Amino acid sequence: MEEFILIMRHQDGTKIASPEQMQIWMKQTMDWVGSIAAQNKFISGTGLPFADAMVVRPNNIVTNGPFGEIKETIGGFMTVKAESIEEAVEFAKGCPVLQGEGNSVEVRKIAKQDGVH
Amino acid sequence: MEQQELIPHLFRTEFRKITAVLCKLFGIEHIEIAEDIASETFLSALQSWTYKGLPENPTAWLYAVAKNKARNYITRHKFFIEKIVSHLKYSTPATDDMEIDLSEKNIADSQLQMLFAICHPAISTEAQIGLSLRILCGFGIDEIANAFLANKETINKRLYRAREKLRIEKVPIEFPGDAEINRRLETVLTTLYLLFNEGYYSESQDSVMRNDLCLEAMRLTYLLIENEQTNQPSVNALFSLMCFHASRFKARKNENGEIILYQDQDESLWDHELISKGGYFLHQASQGNKLSKYHIEASIAYWHTIKADTKEKWDNILQLFNQLLQIEYSPIAALNRTYALSKVYGKAVAITEAEKLNLTGNHFYFTLLGELYKNIDNTKAKMNFEKAILLAKTQTDIQTIQKKIEQF
Repeated sequence: MEEFILIMRHQDGTKIASPEQMQIWMKQTMDWVGSIAAQNKFISGTGLPFADAMVVRPNNIVTNGPFGEIKETIGGFMTVKAESIEEAVEFAKGCPVLQGEGNSVEVRKIAKQDGVH
Repeated sequence: MEQQELIPHLFRTEFRKITAVLCKLFGIEHIEIAEDIASETFLSALQSWTYKGLPENPTAWLYAVAKNKARNYITRHKFFIEKIVSHLKYSTPATDDMEIDLSEKNIADSQLQMLFAICHPAISTEAQIGLSLRILCGFGIDEIANAFLANKETINKRLYRAREKLRIEKVPIEFPGDAEINRRLETVLTTLYLLFNEGYYSESQDSVMRNDLCLEAMRLTYLLIENEQTNQPSVNALFSLMCFHASRFKARKNENGEIILYQDQDESLWDHELISKGGYFLHQASQGNKLSKYHIEASIAYWHTIKADTKEKWDNILQLFNQLLQIEYSPIAALNRTYALSKVYGKAVAITEAEKLNLTGNHFYFTLLGELYKNIDNTKAKMNFEKAILLAKTQTDIQTIQKKIEQF
């Protein structure tokens, strides 16, 4: 069994949707996570609030948020167990974030501490 | 109360108190001596009371005799005195007037400290439960064997090994320090949770025994609530969960001891006093910011105290199972989540999700699939129930599934 991280990129939902719509997305997200957890494949995960975000660059340059050039930024991540990248991709396909045009879920294998990676 | 009822009754309530206090006094390595003295005390009571009639205050009589026996033991066993007396917590230099404190406070403290000693991470969970039943609940070997559906010899061996382990590990009988208490409390709660489940899901035909196991688990959990140091939100949440479950005692089995499924239960048999107690302790549990699995399970149990199928109810139950599975996966939670899913989104969605669970060694999995396929594809439904019956291990489960097959 390998471990993968699903990185969700999307717009700040609070800027484009009503609180009611946010609630619906939240519930869909919980059902999606619950479905993976019910298969005993969930490891951990969290959403990342868009407030209080900073980017630090060389020479102590600190800017507000990662936002700017692109609207979609990292809004959350989840680590999962999966037999293969294909299975991890199947999990990612169910992510409610993908209802939004331009949004994405990046699937990456987590390096094992075996000296190979 | 007549004498023939009184002695077993007092045995149940007083044996554990005497044992806990003496054990605390002698140290964990002499746990058997404490048990022996407590047992001998009851033997004396049986002999004396039969001839001389009941004493005015039977409990005080027992305490006085236990104290004497403990003192005699110490004076008679020089070797014991030399080796052990230096460890005695309450001893004065002269052992003759050694104080054996059977006050209410010392009994409660000793029992709690014994609870922490027995529920020590070094001891297997199975042994923790057995020892708890013996030392903290005053169960006889016969009763423990009956509860576990095992023979006496097996139980005796198990308890012997557990006592040995306590001896080797030199587990102290004391409250864990502040830094440790939460971690240690977790082990204690796991044991109490399993002790309760042992009673709730036991296959034993003895319904009094099953209820007693649950009530004892509740009594020990309540001991933790009564103590300021251990009165934590997770303890209140566990107690709340136990209250909600216990409220359905009368409704969940028929007179033949067969399980009555939740949806078929007569809710007028639910104990409403326990339901409101459960609500009270769930509220108490909400103070604090750590959400334990007991909080979630108690909340799920709360929603089950409302019989009517509302959207709100199943929405909440589904979200709670989503959360529970993230904290701790278990096949039964995965299956229950899928059932909740069918209530919220319909059977088709739930079937797709169920088939991802891959719990093909579990008869509940096929029972669930059978339920989901019912009225959608009855051939598949029956096929799944038939698979379930092949995997079911207990007579109760086989009967329950057989009834479902007969519907087709």
